[in-house]
This record gives sequence, C-alpha cells and structure tokens, in this order.
Amino acid sequence: MDIKGTAVISKSGRIKRISGPVIVAEGLEGVQMNEVVRVGKAKLIGEVVELAGKDVSIQVYEETSGLRPGEEVESSGSPLSVELGPGLIGSIYDGIQRPLDIVMKKSGNFIKRGIAVYGLPKDKKWSFRPSVKKGDAVKPGNVIGSVKETAIIEHKIMVPPGVEGIVHEISSGEFTVEEEVAVITGADGSKTGIRMYTKWPVRLKRPYNRKFSPVEPLISGQRVIDTFFPIAKGGVACIPGPFGSGKTVVQQQLAKWTDADVVVYIGCGERGNEMTDVLQEFPELEDPYSGEPLIKRTVLIANTSNMPVAAREASIYTGTTIAEYFRDMGYKVALMADSTSRWAEALREMSGRLEEMPGEEGYPAYLASRVAEFYERGGRVECLGGGREGSLSIIGAVSPPGGDLSDPVVKNTLRVVKVFWGLDDDLSSQRHFPAIHWLRSYSLYLDNINDYCAANIGKDFTDIRNTAMSILQKEESLQEIVRLVGEESLSDRDRQVMDTAKMIREDFLQQHAFDPDETYTPIGQQYRMLKSIINFYDTAVSAIEEGSRFENITILSVREKIARMKYITKDRMGEFDDIDREIKQQIKGTKDGSDNR
Amino acid sequence: MKQEYFTVKSIAGPLFYVEKTQNVSYGEIATVRLPSGEERLGQVLEVNEDVVLLQLFAGTSGANLNNSRVKFLGKGLELPVSKDIQGRIFDGLGRPIDGAPEVIPERKLDINGLAMNPYARSYPDEFIETGISAIDAMNTLVRGQKLPIFSGSGLPHNQLAAQIARQAKVRGKGEEFCVVFAAMGITFEEAEYFKNDFQKTGAIERAVMFLNLADDPAIERLATPRMALTAAEYLAYEKDFHVLVIMTNMTNYAEALREVSAARKEIPGRRGYPGYMYTDLATIYERAGRIKNKKGSITQIPILTMPNDDKTHPIPDLTGYITEGQIIISRELEHNNVYPPIDVLPSLSRLKQKGIGEGKTREDHSAVTSQLFAAYARGKQAKELAIILGEAALSDVDKSFSKFADEYEKKYVSQGEYIDRSIEESLDLAWELLRMLPKEELKRVKEEHIRKYMK
Ligand SMILES: Nc1ncnc2c1ncn2[C@@H]1O[C@H](COP(=O)(O)OP(=O)(O)O)[C@@H](O)[C@H]1O
Ligand SMILES: [Mg+2]
Repeated sequence: MDIKGTAVISKSGRIKRISGPVIVAEGLEGVQMNEVVRVGKAKLIGEVVELAGKDVSIQVYEETSGLRPGEEVESSGSPLSVELGPGLIGSIYDGIQRPLDIVMKKSGNFIKRGIAVYGLPKDKKWSFRPSVKKGDAVKPGNVIGSVKETAIIEHKIMVPPGVEGIVHEISSGEFTVEEEVAVITGADGSKTGIRMYTKWPVRLKRPYNRKFSPVEPLISGQRVIDTFFPIAKGGVACIPGPFGSGKTVVQQQLAKWTDADVVVYIGCGERGNEMTDVLQEFPELEDPYSGEPLIKRTVLIANTSNMPVAAREASIYTGTTIAEYFRDMGYKVALMADSTSRWAEALREMSGRLEEMPGEEGYPAYLASRVAEFYERGGRVECLGGGREGSLSIIGAVSPPGGDLSDPVVKNTLRVVKVFWGLDDDLSSQRHFPAIHWLRSYSLYLDNINDYCAANIGKDFTDIRNTAMSILQKEESLQEIVRLVGEESLSDRDRQVMDTAKMIREDFLQQHAFDPDETYTPIGQQYRMLKSIINFYDTAVSAIEEGSRFENITILSVREKIARMKYITKDRMGEFDDIDREIKQQIKGTKDGSDNR
Repeated sequence: MKQEYFTVKSIAGPLFYVEKTQNVSYGEIATVRLPSGEERLGQVLEVNEDVVLLQLFAGTSGANLNNSRVKFLGKGLELPVSKDIQGRIFDGLGRPIDGAPEVIPERKLDINGLAMNPYARSYPDEFIETGISAIDAMNTLVRGQKLPIFSGSGLPHNQLAAQIARQAKVRGKGEEFCVVFAAMGITFEEAEYFKNDFQKTGAIERAVMFLNLADDPAIERLATPRMALTAAEYLAYEKDFHVLVIMTNMTNYAEALREVSAARKEIPGRRGYPGYMYTDLATIYERAGRIKNKKGSITQIPILTMPNDDKTHPIPDLTGYITEGQIIISRELEHNNVYPPIDVLPSLSRLKQKGIGEGKTREDHSAVTSQLFAAYARGKQAKELAIILGEAALSDVDKSFSKFADEYEKKYVSQGEYIDRSIEESLDLAWELLRMLPKEELKRVKEEHIRKYMK
C-alpha cells in the first residue's frame, strides 16, 4: 500500500461537487479523516478533510480543472504520509514529497497532473552497517544500524514505534530501502521485518521520550542574530516583515551557515527562483563546519506560489515530519519555513471552500491552534529509545499584509515563539541589512544560553551585549532631542553615545549577505568585534570626562580599522589585540590635545 | 452535437446558474446565446451534481432566464498559436481585431498553462541594459525577471515601460526582445501610445498585442494576461525568443477579480479582494523565468497603479510579495520634473546581485551603488532635518549629504525619455557625484576603486 504508488483500493465513491481545490464526494462511507484518495480519471492526489453524513470533502493537491461530477474517487486506506529513510538528504520535494527532479523526468519542464512517484529511491543500494547483534533486546527508537547517506550524515536506522522484542536476524551489506535488514521477534513470538525506511503520517508528531529546555545557541554567523537576538538549539523563532524587507535572505543565510547537522528548508507558496537559487548554490557552497557541500545536509521542500494551494498546506507538515525524523536520530536539526503566511492562507482558502465559519480576517477559528501545534513540534528532546539527544529548531517567516503586525498570523505566531526578529521597511529601503530592528526585536533565550555563552564564547559576552543594547536604546532618545533642537545641544558625552551607536549599527549590525568575505562571522569574531567597539566607547567616555574633545575622537585613524574588523578571519585574531591597543593609545593622545590622524 | 441547456436558474452580476446539467467539467468553457442572438463566452467556476456556476466574460446584460441557451464546449480557454501571431493584434480573449484573418493554428494551448517545475528553472542572471541609470545601476533588471512598475494615476509609467521596451538589450549579444503586450482596461489612447511606439521602432513586426480596453467587458480581463503569457511561453520555449511581456494595468485586473468574488458572495479578504488573490496573481507572475534546457526567456514588466499611492494596498502589496522587486514611481519627483521619477530607495531588484559585477557589468557596480543608496538615504534624512530646524542646524557633513541628494535626483535619476545611458556611463556618473562627499564618509567602496574610478 502506498500513497503515491498504485494503491490497494479499499473503497470507491464518486464526485458530487467541484469548487477549486475542494471537491465533495459520496459513496465513501467509512473513509477516515486525513485519508489519502485518488480523484477522477486523472487520479489526482487528495486528502479527506471533512466528513458530513454521506458527503466527504476532499482537498486536492493538484489542479482540478477538467474534473466532472460522477468521476470516481478511490480511497487508499492510509493517511497522508511521508517516506522516511536513506535518500532524503539532497532531495527537493514538492509539498507531498514527490521528488521534483523525478517529476521533471516524467513530465518535462512543467508539472503535469496525476504523477505518481515515490519519495525515496527504491532501487538504490545503500551500505547498511548493523550496530546490534542477534539476541539483543530492542525497543522503539533503538538504533539497529546505520547507512552513510552523505559525507556528513550517518543515517541511523531505528526500530519503528510499536515494534519491540529480540533481534532474530540482522544483516550487513548492500540493500535497497525495500529489503529487510533485520527481523525482530516480539514477546508473543511474532516476527516483524525491519526495512531501512518507514512511513509516517505527516500530521502526527513523531514521539520522543521527553522534552528539555534549550541551553545552547544555534549559531548562524549573522551578527545581529547570534549576538543580539539568538535562537537556541531546539528553539522557535519568527521573522515577520513586509515584502522586500529581508525574510528570505535571513532564512537562506540560516540555512547556509547555521551550525545544525541537518537543515530542512520549506519554500511554502513563495517564488520558484528562490528555490532554484538554493538548488544551484548549495552544491557549490561549503558547510563551514564539515567542509562538505551544503547540499549534503539539506532537504528542500518546494511548493511555490503557482503550485496547487492545497499542497502548500501540506508542505509544512511534510517538512516538519522529515525534520523530526532526523531529530530522532540524535541530530540537531533546523527547519526554515518561508512563508508560514502562505500556509495559513491555504488553510483559509480550504476553510472558505468548506464553508466553515470564518474567524478574524476570514481565517478559520482553528488558526491559533494550528500555528501553536506547528511550533510545538520544535524542541530539544531525549529521543525515543533513549541515549540520544536531538533538537529541532524552527524558524518561520511571516508575511503580513502591508507589513502590519496586527495580522492574525503574526499575532498567533508571537504567542508561541520565543524569538522575534522584526524587520523594518525603513531600514531595508536605506539598505541597512539585515533589516532586523534592534529595538523592536527580542529573544527570550538569553537566559537559557547564558551559561553556555560565558563558558564557550567569553565571560563578559552578555555584559558587552547588554552595554551595546543600552547604547542603542539611548541613541533613540537622543535622536528625539536632535530632531527637536539640533545636534549642537548635546554634550560631548551624549555625542559619543550617538557616535558609538552609529558604529554598532554600521560596523556590527549591518552585514552584507552577498559579500563572500562577510556573509558569515564566527561567534568568536563577533564577540571580539563588539568588545572592541565597547572598548572604544568606554575609553572615549573616560577621556571625555578627563577633558578630551569629542571632535578629536571622531578623527582617530583606528576607527577605520574598527570598520574593517568584520573581515578579520580566524587565523588573524591577534589583530583584535592590536586594535584594542591602538584604541587605548590613540584616545590617550586626545587628552594632550595632539591629534592622532 | 453538444447539448444545449435552457435551464438558467438565476443570474447575478456576471454569474449564471445553470440547472439540470450533465457531465460538465470544472473550468470548462461555455457559450451562451442570448435572446438577441448574440453569443457570449463563459467559464465554469463551480460544478455540482446538476447545477453549474458560470462566469460570463462579457457580462450578463441582455440575458434572461427563459431564452438564454447554454452550450458547454468541453475544454478550457485556449489560444491558437503559430509563428504568425507575431505582428498581430487580438482582443482580450485572443480574437483578432486587426482586420487580418484568423491565425491558422499550429496548436491550441490552454491559457492557464502549467506550473513550471522549480527544478527546471535556471536562475536569471543576465544583465539587461535598459539605458536608465535608476534601473541599470540601482535596481538592475535581468533576463527572466518579473519586475513591476508601481505607479500612481497620472504618472508616466507608460513612458517608462515604452522606454524600457525601446532600449532593453543584453550586451554583447545581438538578440533582441520581442514584445508581448497585454492591456487590461486601459484607454484607447494609452493603447495607441504603445502601438505607435512599437511602430516607430519596428518592434511591432515581432510584437503580439492583446487589448482589453476600458470599454471592453471587465471580466474578460481575467483571461487577457493569461492569453499574453501563453503566447509568450510559445515564443520563448518553442521559438527561442527572448520575450518582454508588458502587462498594464494589473490594478484593473484585480478589480475584475474582486467583482467576480463579490458576485459569488465569497468571504471578502482585505478591502474586498478575495483571499485567493495572492495565488491568482502568482499564477500570472510566476510564468516569468528561464528554463535550463531552453534558449528563450520571459521577462515581465507588469504595470499597476497604487490606489491613493499606497504601497500597502492589497494590489501592490500582493504583487510585491510575488515579483522579484518593484520600480516605484514617485509623485514628488514627478512634481520636481524628474524623469523617470523613480524613487530608488523603496524600489528593489531582488535579482540584481547575480546579474552584476565583473564580466557582467563592472567590478565596482555593487559597492558604488550601495554607496549611492546609503548616501542618498542620509541626504534625504538631512533634508528632512533641515526642514524642521533650518539649513543652519546641519553639520557640514550633513550639508554635503543634503546637497548630494538634490544633485543625485537632478543629474542621476533624471535623464529624459530618449536618453540611453550605457552602464559604464551610469557608473562613472555615480563616482562623479560621490566626489561631493568627504572621502572618509565613503565607507562602502574600496580604496582601490576610489583610485581607479573617481577621476
Ligand atoms: N543581509 C542582506 N544583505 C544584503 N542584501 C540583503 C540582505 N537582506 C536582504 N537584502 C536585499 O533585500 C532584498 C529582499 O530580501 P528578501 O529576503 O527577498 O525579502 P522578503 O523575503 O522579506 O521579501 C534582497 O533581494 C536583497 O537585495
Ligand atoms: Mg521572501
């Protein structure tokens, strides 16, 4: 039985009504909610979304033009599921896990309807290495062996939920995912064959032993994120903003440079070219941690805006289930969903076609719970079977109409996420990128990761960050004064605050994603950069108190070096010491009135 | 013979409900013969067991319940294509209106097309030189991009689109664009303006025009851009042309979409536009692009007018969420006699990055324009401050930025309708203007580039 292959037909009914992506069928008594069906002569893939008496409402994952009342609807007996096993990494799937490269082989440059393809390659042989032996007792989630799927990913083969007992047979060698690699004898003597892949219903979260609070930062190499508004491994974040403010670039930067083991990137109802971009770049770009091409740790889900809207709704679940599966192996997984608004709009469209009672802005009343359920699938967990810890971090882009944050999707998202990267249209039109507004954004993980940062980055890391934040905060109120009465009215000390804030904004917060020398800054360098800026500030303020003039501080040559700190690589960390020394010397020089150009 | 139905149950706005139907398929086309004998086209929007909801492209006036006859044609809307469509003018539904005979079709294509597989796409990265500095240097257009013009009523968006069509070229290649033009609800005069311009340049020979004018049926507009894009896909992917599709005015298109939605009594989304407008617009805009194994390409320049010049209105908003940037026309610049009055700051080309730089435009392109953006933004801020506090309150540095902003608008953005600047000219001019600023403020450009280009 398979969702996309030829199904064993359990029941068949007929179409009664067609309205866009939703059809109503009858004669399918006994069919279950979320069951997969094949609709019409074209055998379009659909899912049962409502049962009302004899009428069954089905959302269809493909264009419904040409369907007629009376055409057959076949039920498959199983819910919408994904195939989980070796072959996921490096794939690009549509919203219901059809590999788009295979779809292209079958239907050409444009996606035709009714194409049946498997999520995983069924004929490819993988080298399976067992890690249990005959006679071992195993329970769900236990690892029985592994496959080196890519240079980075050791794909662990786990005992599926519901299977428990003694290893009766275990193989070693080359197998396809369809072949059995182990047989488990249950307590009742029953024998269960284990293959290297399983199926899992996408709408059901995968089980784990227990959840913990996150404690480690997910490092992205993006300075404003890592230093100012970090997300934790196993944390959840959102990035709302109007069009063109930088949601996608931030998501892609995270997909490229985050220190996660596996990245699942969902392009949900967005541009085709953005997925093409990832597809063309990721095999070329090097993962800074393993030195291997990024594609070897990445799974892509692409359901672009011109693809059927129902599959857009499913794509979020398809991606999340795949991400959970790698988490279950004990990996640190990061999932990006661009954009969750398109998913919510798909929900709204389906809901409208089902004539459900609309809530705010036409969204269904269950929007809030769907959003919460989605982000709840993130977290740091002890994996099923024990002995392993995995995490799933979720970062969702939100695209509110007109950038208005009172939008229901934004509001419901803010209720559940712990990090808010607020993009600002003014900043992006001034080309201050990333346009994450430093005064409006927040991270609630600062306390969680505090110990980790003190131990691994720098004891004063948090202090430095907080000092920088307070300078930025102060700038805002000083700017108000400048707008009213002009800059002259400020004291030298305040002008130093303004000047330092500008330094933080231009030399630290701004980061050019497309400049290969700057696209990624390791956390160690981030720390030293900000430390030098704060050092400059502290030293300058003391000097001003001792009589130095602000004007003389603004012309010091070390400032140019500060502006170029972002290019200092790991092997030249000593340069930070030089800069700190020069700061001391040059500012000292301003006290005797000499100018240190 | 197809069966005819006399069973029209009700008529509401552009919609027909037909009863006792059999074997009608979702999305198919029907003809409706009115009591007067006139025949109109319609499309099936919803099918129930024996009731069909039909949308009439030319509206329902003159129809009645008893004597209107409906015939379902068993297929979707199609465009007959052959190489001979070039040089021809069609109405909004693809029927010739230039007096010449029907096109003898090589094939008939469903105008809805199919979604391009993202795996089949090739990322657009070939620089198109439009000869307009505010575009080429600042918000670069590339082949296969969809870059709309966000304008306001009475602003010169048509001149700008025509100038782009006239001047657009890919350097070093002899290949010229062929234009596919879709008019939705624009005036006869506006359409004539484009026609004349295409005639003057000779582009008309290879152009295909689809005209749904202001006095043509509004619902027909829903088909017009799809007709145009079907023609464009045929020319690009079967005949290897680089096609430039100009679609104007998308605002009128969206109004028609709203009209149908209201007639269906759907739950309205923001400002009455249907919730599915994003998806609907995406099925138009996403038809731009390049395909790995094909020579041709489709570049789209949709034009829309922002109601009340409001960028957050659903039409520009949803468009901006789909397209690969936007060129924003500013009323203020227009008042200051800047042509083209492009406001470069909120404008954006998302595909700029991969289309520029050494070997494509020039090594200093990215940095020098980044410096222009920063300097112009700062200059505008300084100007605002000067309005409140007076020029005297500005620091010397801010004064130079304020002056820079004025010169930038006057000399850089403004260039005239028939001026075709090469990218080198645009970049050189950028360096010339940057000389107005203190050198230590030029943080975004490299020292070596300053030495090399700032003459
Ligand atoms: N960090 C960045 N560095 C450089 N340019 C950026 C950065 N972030 C955004 N941009 C610019 O802004 C444009 C829009 O960003 P994008 O992420 O596509 O916006 P959104 O997804 O919010 O619509 C990009 O095409 C790019 O030109
Ligand atoms: Mg985006």
